[in-house]
Amino acid sequence: MTPAPTARLPILTTEAVTKVYRTGALAVHALAGVSLTLYQSEIVVLLGASGSGKSTLLNILGGLDQPTSGRVMFRDQDLTALGDAGLTAFRRAHVGFVFQFYNLVPSLTARENVALVTEIADHPMRPEEALERVGLAARLDHFPSELSGGEQQRVAIARAIAKRPEILLCDEPTGALDSKTGVTVLEALVEVNRDLGTTTALITHNAEIRRIAHRVIYMADGRIARVEENTSPMAPAEVSW
Amino acid sequence: MRALDRKVLRDLRTIWAQALAIALVLACGVMVLVLSTGTQRSLTETRDAYYERHRFADVFASATRAPLGLLPRIAAIDGVAQVEARIVFTAMLDLEGMAEPASARVISLPALGEPALNLPLLRSGRLPDPLQPDEVALSEPFAQANGLQPGDRFRAVLNGRLRTLVVTGHLLSPEYIYTIGPGAMMPDDTHFGLIWMREPAAAAASDLDGAFNDLTLSLSRGAHTESVIAELDRILAPYGGTGAHGRDRQMSHVFIEGELTQLGAMARVLPPVFLIVSAFLVNMVLGRLIALERQQIGLFKAIGYATAEIVLHYLKMTIGIGVLGVLIGWGMGWWLGHAMTTLYTEYFRFPWLDYRPGAAPLVVSGLLALAAVVIGAVRAVAAAVRLAPAVAMSPPAPPVFRRGWVGDLGAALALRQTTMMILRSLSRWPGRAAVTLFGVAGSVAVLVASFVTFDIIDVVMEDIFDKANRQDATLLLHRAVGERAELDALSLPGVLLAEGVYAVPIRLGHGSRSKLVSLMARDPAARLTRVLDDDGRPIPLPDSGVTLPEALADDLGLRLGDRVRIELLAPPRAPWDVTVTGIIRQSMGQDVQMNRSALFALMNEAPQVNMLNLAIDMASLSALQAQIKETPAAAGFTLWADVRGAMEATMNESLITMTLIFSALGMLITIGVVYNAARIQLAERAHELASLRVLGFRRSEVGYVLVAEQMLLTVVAVPVGWVAGYGFARLMTQGFSTDIISLPLMISQATYAQSALTVLAAALASVLLVRRRLDRIDIVTALKQKE
Repeated sequence: MTPAPTARLPILTTEAVTKVYRTGALAVHALAGVSLTLYQSEIVVLLGASGSGKSTLLNILGGLDQPTSGRVMFRDQDLTALGDAGLTAFRRAHVGFVFQFYNLVPSLTARENVALVTEIADHPMRPEEALERVGLAARLDHFPSELSGGEQQRVAIARAIAKRPEILLCDEPTGALDSKTGVTVLEALVEVNRDLGTTTALITHNAEIRRIAHRVIYMADGRIARVEENTSPMAPAEVSW
Repeated sequence: MRALDRKVLRDLRTIWAQALAIALVLACGVMVLVLSTGTQRSLTETRDAYYERHRFADVFASATRAPLGLLPRIAAIDGVAQVEARIVFTAMLDLEGMAEPASARVISLPALGEPALNLPLLRSGRLPDPLQPDEVALSEPFAQANGLQPGDRFRAVLNGRLRTLVVTGHLLSPEYIYTIGPGAMMPDDTHFGLIWMREPAAAAASDLDGAFNDLTLSLSRGAHTESVIAELDRILAPYGGTGAHGRDRQMSHVFIEGELTQLGAMARVLPPVFLIVSAFLVNMVLGRLIALERQQIGLFKAIGYATAEIVLHYLKMTIGIGVLGVLIGWGMGWWLGHAMTTLYTEYFRFPWLDYRPGAAPLVVSGLLALAAVVIGAVRAVAAAVRLAPAVAMSPPAPPVFRRGWVGDLGAALALRQTTMMILRSLSRWPGRAAVTLFGVAGSVAVLVASFVTFDIIDVVMEDIFDKANRQDATLLLHRAVGERAELDALSLPGVLLAEGVYAVPIRLGHGSRSKLVSLMARDPAARLTRVLDDDGRPIPLPDSGVTLPEALADDLGLRLGDRVRIELLAPPRAPWDVTVTGIIRQSMGQDVQMNRSALFALMNEAPQVNMLNLAIDMASLSALQAQIKETPAAAGFTLWADVRGAMEATMNESLITMTLIFSALGMLITIGVVYNAARIQLAERAHELASLRVLGFRRSEVGYVLVAEQMLLTVVAVPVGWVAGYGFARLMTQGFSTDIISLPLMISQATYAQSALTVLAAALASVLLVRRRLDRIDIVTALKQKE
């Protein structure tokens, strides 16, 4: 399967990032000092129990949220220094997201959902091409309600990659799918990584999925517990759960 | 408190802004009802009580000179209860400190005691002493406007003789609740008043000893007014009777009736719009709430609540909104009713006039309002409670979208996907779009119907003052004189041009229909006064035949070329059949116009005039006024600039205020509808819109989805509203037109544009208010919720 990226160019770096949620007098430390680097073209799997801080970290990496303290660097750009408009521009230009519940616009067809992004991107691929990559060339004009869960998730992936993002962030992309459908979704992600060199960070509860990654980051209590290098990632088809 | 009732209160608190928006629209309907029907009722009851207590007459007649010996014959007419003969004439006044002449109507009081009919109300001082011929009582508004207190003196020209009169008291009369001078269009308390004088003095001043020239009658219950009038006309004809009439032609009464008609029109046209829009709004908002609470409804049913209890639960919520709207509407209606009634006291001189709407307007408006919201709610509730508990508890099926025309249109026009989202939403929920569309259209319509007031004022003012009447002043003469008066008038100071008119009361008849009106006979070549065609263009007065205002022609069923019967109510009184040769646009009054030479040819007499229209060199105005004060032939002098000023002042005071209030009401509909639609849109699409933010859409781009959908509906609604507004304006002008005023329906492009712009601005402000909430949505939280 995909070889580990040869030259390890850092693309996203966090330095001692913390995130504290306050609700009334209660303070929840979702992240308690995370320092991490994501390298260009690698696939990273974030593993950890619920509440370990995976999603919070992913949201901060993707510019959906700001840390309470610490720094997040995208190449030479300090994301923590950006306001709402700056973060929007960052997401718009560089990041693709895939969520557990797809987040497709129900009133738009598969093609239109992808076009939503290509219309505002600088050098996008055609929506048809993006959908073809995830194996949905035949379902272009279907509305989300006419697609299966796996198909909807693949539309979401097509939508995420159509702008050729440098970073693809996936939060439990297979969480709502059965094993077989999950594998097809993972295959789509791996193919995109291979063909486009997109740095992909993937959150999962499912320990088996770690096998497709170049690196596995284990999180616990808002910290990185340990990092595992995987020299020979497996193809998604070889994984099952 | 039961748990479900607690839920009602909490739910209302959650949707307070939307509930308030609906309540305000509802309140507008209630307000207009309470205002118009309450004011109508106050005015009617006050008038009726005043008429009753002060014995307002039923029939009125005047003659040139009738012997008192006729009275027993008149009293013997079947149906006549009481007869009062009077002497009434016009006098010119010379008031201290006033350059221009004022005029007054002198009315006789019986030699002793009080009149049997039209009993004046003594407001201060006393009635004149029968033994003091110089003592007079004045109408209170005139006395107040000129600072004339009991004991004060002023000079008057009575029948050509200059006299000094002494004021003994101030009076009000049921006959002059609304007082308008001869030839005037508006009340002018400074320049026109009423003078009550004891009969011997009045008879001496007008050479009517042993005679009368004015008669009022009261009728017994069940009397036939028309036959009394006919008999009276027969008796008075030899004595210059000018046609008896009932209260329906009595000036003051007619104006009050006109006002009542207008209040009625207001009550009929406007409230239904607000009530219907409220019903739709309740349906929309409650429908959304129930959709959200679908699973809860299933749960209530599962744990054993009966369907009726659940229905009642949601109806309670609706009634909560309804009660709020009714209370606000009552409060506003009461307050405005007070203000309007106070305004009326400036024009209608009642001894008392309080806003006492009684319970009926409150009860009726309250019930109608509650009915409107309950009807709106029933449909929304019914759909939800019919579901079986198990079905209700499971989430609703996701909305189904179809490719259809929207997809084709999008592809053809290469529309952006955010625009596609808007179009699909509209085609998926056409009912909701229709509510917004018709609500906004209603708003535009109400605005067109209120802004049109300004157009109509413009047209009427321009017609009256710039096109039809270009004279600077009108001089009324005591009696008709030869045409030489036109030349004589030129010798008065500053008079540049004088054009005579012969004004005479006539009965105009066609088939079984007839009407008492004034005939204005003048020279077709007149330059100062002109008649206007349908488009407001001056047209020459035809050489022969009569020219009628459109409204009068309609009343009598007359068309161009028809023969019409005119009966002069002054000598020689003979009836003639003449041809209708012109039908014209005339907003004020129902005067019939005719070529003077043609009329006098029919009469077989040399042409005469009894009023003169003058063009004046304004520099010599004061000299002219001074001279007229001492001219015995003059019976009244009106400066048209004053008339115009008075009219404009009235418009500014009442009409513009009312128009602004109605414009605010019109805007409220848009705000209520658009705000609610946008809130629902936002609630249902929070997730979707948050997704767009994640994808890198800017706030403005996401806001577009919300704002553009509402604005698109608003833009589409505007032309619909224009059409409806035309209909509304038509209804309003018809409802507001009376015998005295016939309003032309003229809607300017500016009115259409302003109503559209106002509504667009109101819609944009409402939707931007909701858009601000979009900024507060936490993207991360919104995404965690499953669709």
